[in-house]
Amino acid sequence: MMRDITLGQYYPVQSPVHKLDPRTKLFGTLVLIAALFAADNLFCYILAAVFLFGTIRLSRVPVKHIVKGLKPVIFLLLFSVVFNLFLTSGEVLVQFWVFKITREGLSRSGMMAVRLIFLVMGTSLLTFTTTPNQLTDGLERSLRFLKVVRVPVHEIAMMMSIALRFIPILVEETDKIMKAQMARGADFESGGLIKKAKAMIPLLVPLFISAFRRASDLAMAMEARCYHGGEGRTKMKPLRYAAGDRAAYLVLLGFLLCIILLKIFL
Amino acid sequence: MAIILEHVEYKYSEGTPMETDALHDVNLEIQDGEFIGLIGHTGSGKSTLIQHLNGLMRATSGDIRYNGSSIYAEGFSMKELRSKVGLVFQYPEHQLFEVDVFTDVCFGPKNQGLSKEETEERAKEALSLVGIGESYYKKSPFELSGGEKRRVAIAGVLAMKPEVLILDEPTAGLDPKGRDEILGQVVRLHREQGMTVILVSHSMEDVAKYVDRIMVMNHGELVFNDMPKAVFAHYKELEQMGLAAPQVTYIAHALKDAGFPMKTDVITVEEAEEAILCTLGKEREK
Repeated sequence: MMRDITLGQYYPVQSPVHKLDPRTKLFGTLVLIAALFAADNLFCYILAAVFLFGTIRLSRVPVKHIVKGLKPVIFLLLFSVVFNLFLTSGEVLVQFWVFKITREGLSRSGMMAVRLIFLVMGTSLLTFTTTPNQLTDGLERSLRFLKVVRVPVHEIAMMMSIALRFIPILVEETDKIMKAQMARGADFESGGLIKKAKAMIPLLVPLFISAFRRASDLAMAMEARCYHGGEGRTKMKPLRYAAGDRAAYLVLLGFLLCIILLKIFL
Repeated sequence: MAIILEHVEYKYSEGTPMETDALHDVNLEIQDGEFIGLIGHTGSGKSTLIQHLNGLMRATSGDIRYNGSSIYAEGFSMKELRSKVGLVFQYPEHQLFEVDVFTDVCFGPKNQGLSKEETEERAKEALSLVGIGESYYKKSPFELSGGEKRRVAIAGVLAMKPEVLILDEPTAGLDPKGRDEILGQVVRLHREQGMTVILVSHSMEDVAKYVDRIMVMNHGELVFNDMPKAVFAHYKELEQMGLAAPQVTYIAHALKDAGFPMKTDVITVEEAEEAILCTLGKEREK
């Protein structure tokens, strides 16, 4: 059950997208987000769809796998679609009781749905093709300029990579404790909300304890290896742009330009 | 009265590149009152196998029967199965959560729907079985030593009065004293209560000393399922699986290779002693 969370899970295959520098992929995701928010006509969306599905194709991650990542946002998706559908004023198409569906509402909720779906798919693609470590490396490198204004970029990146690294460990731990308690007759599924919340105690207490134990073990291990922050720290695999990255940047800039042109002239 | 596994298969993450065959066509039978050792290299499928025995994992295909009825049949109560097949996980002390030792042990019987008196009765009985005295009842489980915590956690499972007790490496990470205590108590449970015990272990010495039958897992398959002596006779094959025979077996083989007319099917220190004395006796007679 816990293994179903696909958001933020690396999908280990070899592909040109996997090989890209994480900075390129971060920039690409930003471009996609910007494009989706700027898009206001059908052609923009078609272009965005071509770009997104092209990249997915290139990444060799099955579309089915990415669609599964949409599950957690289904509620949000329905929510925004329903609200936009019924609460937008304009030319009325269908009306029953107090509800009315307008042409504007229809197009707006459709756009909203596509925008959200593409957004989640695009960002999941980033995490499917980039390991958490690469991702934080990329972030650290791209945000290094913030050091000038005294933002502790390295520390934040380190915290992020530790947090990300711990997610699968804690998921596994949860699974283990859950099973251990189920072996003792615990029931996590039946009962009302209060009963369910109460049933969580035998799971949460050991989980918290283990998280603290792991954190203190890790801190000790880092200290033992003389970790003292980012000052003068070198990387085993420094980030370097390759030919593929240059090509990707060109594609991205082209894509962005097309969106802007479509937006202006249509 | 037995647990029977027929053609049990289990696949992790089916349909993704991470797909792995965790269990492959496992067939076995566990009779009442047996003491079984389950050994195998890390990742050989031992833990997966034992989780099938109480229904925590569901076989991709194949059937498991407990006392004659299939546990996958409709209407079969998994909850009941789990109270009959007690499973003590690795590092069971990580599952302790209550404010004091006694309440924690009461968790299992309480989930079985027993009355308060009966629950407390069971908890007291279980705690005495693992040798935890009344002075510990009101202590927080988190202030106990490693070995004590583990015994409390085992009591948490015993309080449910299982017919079969499965222990996944109950001695991992304990000092020799804690190890002997835990194993001694498990042996007592088997002898005095007639409990069926399945012991998952990495220690060939422990397995050789206590169990009636050994099952060896390798790459998700059951490769050996026989008496300890018969299994350890295959020590060369065991080594290829990242396992070994007890050390005394190697000594016996080395002595034989050095020209002493020795029995080589010794697996415990006592047997080795006897065999060596016997050989020495023969030498003197000559």
